[in-house]
Amino acid sequence: MEIISSNSDEQQPASIGETERWGSLITGGAMVLMGLRDRSLRGALVALAGGGLAYHGAKGEKCLQDKVAEAANLSQSIRVEKSVTIANKSPEELYRFWRSFENLPTFMKHLKSVTVIDEKRSHWVATAPLDASIEWDAEIINDQENQLISWASVAGADVDNSGFVRFKSAPQGRGTEVKVVIEYNPPGGAVTAAVAKLFGEEPEQQVGDDLRYFKMLMETGEIATTEGQSSGRK
Amino acid sequence: MKAVCWQGTNKVTVETVPDPKLINPRDAIVKITSTAICGSDLHLYNGFNPTMKQGDILGHEFMGEIVELGSAFKNGNIHDKGKALAVGDRVVVPFTISCGGCFFCNRDLWSLCDNSNPNAWMVEKVMGHSPSGLFGYSHLTGGYAGGQAEYARVPFADVGLFKIPSDLTDEQVLFLTDIFPTGYMAAENCNIQPGDTVAIWGCGPVGQFAIRSAFLLGAERVIAIDRVPERLQMAKEGGAEILNFEEIEVGEALKEMTGGRGPDSAMDAVGMEAHGMGLEGFYDKAMQAVRMETDRPNVLRQAIVACRKGGTVSVPGVYTGFVDKMPMGAFMNKGLTMKTGQTHVHRYLQPLTERIQKGEIDPSFLVTHTLPIEQAPHGYEIFKHKKESCIKIVLKP
Ligand SMILES: NC(=O)c1ccc[n+]([C@@H]2O[C@H](COP(=O)([O-])OP(=O)(O)OC[C@H]3O[C@@H](n4cnc5c(N)ncnc54)[C@H](O)[C@@H]3O)[C@@H](O)[C@H]2O)c1
Ligand SMILES: [Zn+2]
Ligand SMILES: [Zn+2]
Repeated sequence: MEIISSNSDEQQPASIGETERWGSLITGGAMVLMGLRDRSLRGALVALAGGGLAYHGAKGEKCLQDKVAEAANLSQSIRVEKSVTIANKSPEELYRFWRSFENLPTFMKHLKSVTVIDEKRSHWVATAPLDASIEWDAEIINDQENQLISWASVAGADVDNSGFVRFKSAPQGRGTEVKVVIEYNPPGGAVTAAVAKLFGEEPEQQVGDDLRYFKMLMETGEIATTEGQSSGRK
Repeated sequence: MKAVCWQGTNKVTVETVPDPKLINPRDAIVKITSTAICGSDLHLYNGFNPTMKQGDILGHEFMGEIVELGSAFKNGNIHDKGKALAVGDRVVVPFTISCGGCFFCNRDLWSLCDNSNPNAWMVEKVMGHSPSGLFGYSHLTGGYAGGQAEYARVPFADVGLFKIPSDLTDEQVLFLTDIFPTGYMAAENCNIQPGDTVAIWGCGPVGQFAIRSAFLLGAERVIAIDRVPERLQMAKEGGAEILNFEEIEVGEALKEMTGGRGPDSAMDAVGMEAHGMGLEGFYDKAMQAVRMETDRPNVLRQAIVACRKGGTVSVPGVYTGFVDKMPMGAFMNKGLTMKTGQTHVHRYLQPLTERIQKGEIDPSFLVTHTLPIEQAPHGYEIFKHKKESCIKIVLKP
């Protein structure tokens, strides 16, 4: 996991050159987080999609918050980047499964539910330790059929998050590479541990598990487990 | 049901545990008729794997009868390649668990299956990537309950279970689950050419099958190395020339026996316990992604130094961590090739069954002891200490 202090850059319009650079970064073969460096993922995704997200309605407030946090040098985001290759499915098939967000809890074990509200908006409920849940509404920022879905939480999320999933053909019959990049902005510039607590485990481990389960489900129709098997444990 | 459970270093007990249940759609439940103790189980028994937990059911060499099939078999969501498995079928169970649908399964590299180890993340911290899940072989390889029991749950049963012709006895086919394919693949990995001499360290069950497989694959000579008299004797009966490493300097002897050239291939069928060492703190270190030093590669070093220039080193012996003082200079300057891996058991089931049916080999030669499963603790003791001339134990549940 990378923890990077990020300057909130979404209020500054991105130059055309920058937008192009992010575009190729997100669709290319390099490590996205390396290329992104000190820009926020949310900012890059929004700029790439040409802006226009409802979240901007709450921008002023957020910027103020960010400025305060920056001044106190607390503004930290948690960023995770993970990839798997899925052997026997095309980008089209994987995109279609993923784009029906109601499917996601079948392999994202921390999700209780995802409810699609309309074309752009969905409501997410995830488990947190001690029987708690965390909830947020997300909006699709960019939906490129069979290739890319990017999203960001809207104002009022328990944990501000944004990210994308990308589907890309691997060379010579090696299937489809699936990459997920997520950025969490803990409330009030909270430190990593707070977010880890909210999610019950390290965000990196969790995204890794989710992707592994997705691959298992797609390649084999089930998720390998030993839960419920017998043992002589006392 | 009764099951052999790991309780701690040098301690196994037979416990009454709940019968296994179907968990996933492609699972089967097998009622076990024969199950064996493997040299690999000794690594666990000896306490070299800190990802064992008290109560884990041991065993990865087992066969029996299908008593239940998961829901995927009813709705046809399986990859059984026309096997048409049914309740009542007599089957052997490969020790490697493979999904049949990933990149590796598709390329016949079954022990590298991407999808069968639920604890892959643990291995990835240390090895970069994880091999397949294995039965009864620690939580590092999935924590699957093993087959030294009356029943076992078999995941991806459509891909793994292999039907056995009724004219063959359990003792003839049981070792298809592991050590026969392991010895055979290790011999294949020797890249045997006409006229070749193969040197094999270790005359345990794996070494015994490797000796016979090397001849099946056309070796001119096999030189087998161990120190246990009855094991050396069995190697000799398999056609090998033998060396007792306690009586002779092996490297020198091998050179003299091959006109100064050295054996064309050298096989390490001993593994990381070729004189005992520790694998302490592996679990913690894996969790922390900290480097470790663990395995003791005495035999591997000898094999590299003894092998002729341009030859092949085949390593069926199991290693789990790091080794010190690898003679990398010898390996590089002599232009050697090394081949290794957990066995791709599924690849060998059909061809080796055919060899058994044709009478080219009868694997039952190996069995020195048949015990009721209740006597498993005694079995582990005599196998470990090579008492009662023990070479291979078959347990009957
Ligand atoms: N690659 C695989 O898939 C696979 C499968 C099964 C077993 N194995 C491994 O193969 C190895 C052998 O298995 P086994 O069932 O035959 O075990 P085993 O313990 O019965 O046999 C090992 C033999 O090696 C001998 N030995 C010890 N030190 C030696 C030395 N310095 N030189 C020569 N011989 C020496 C011992 O006397 C013993 O006879 C183990 O490491 C086991 O874990 C690997
Ligand atoms: Zn074995
Ligand atoms: Zn597989």
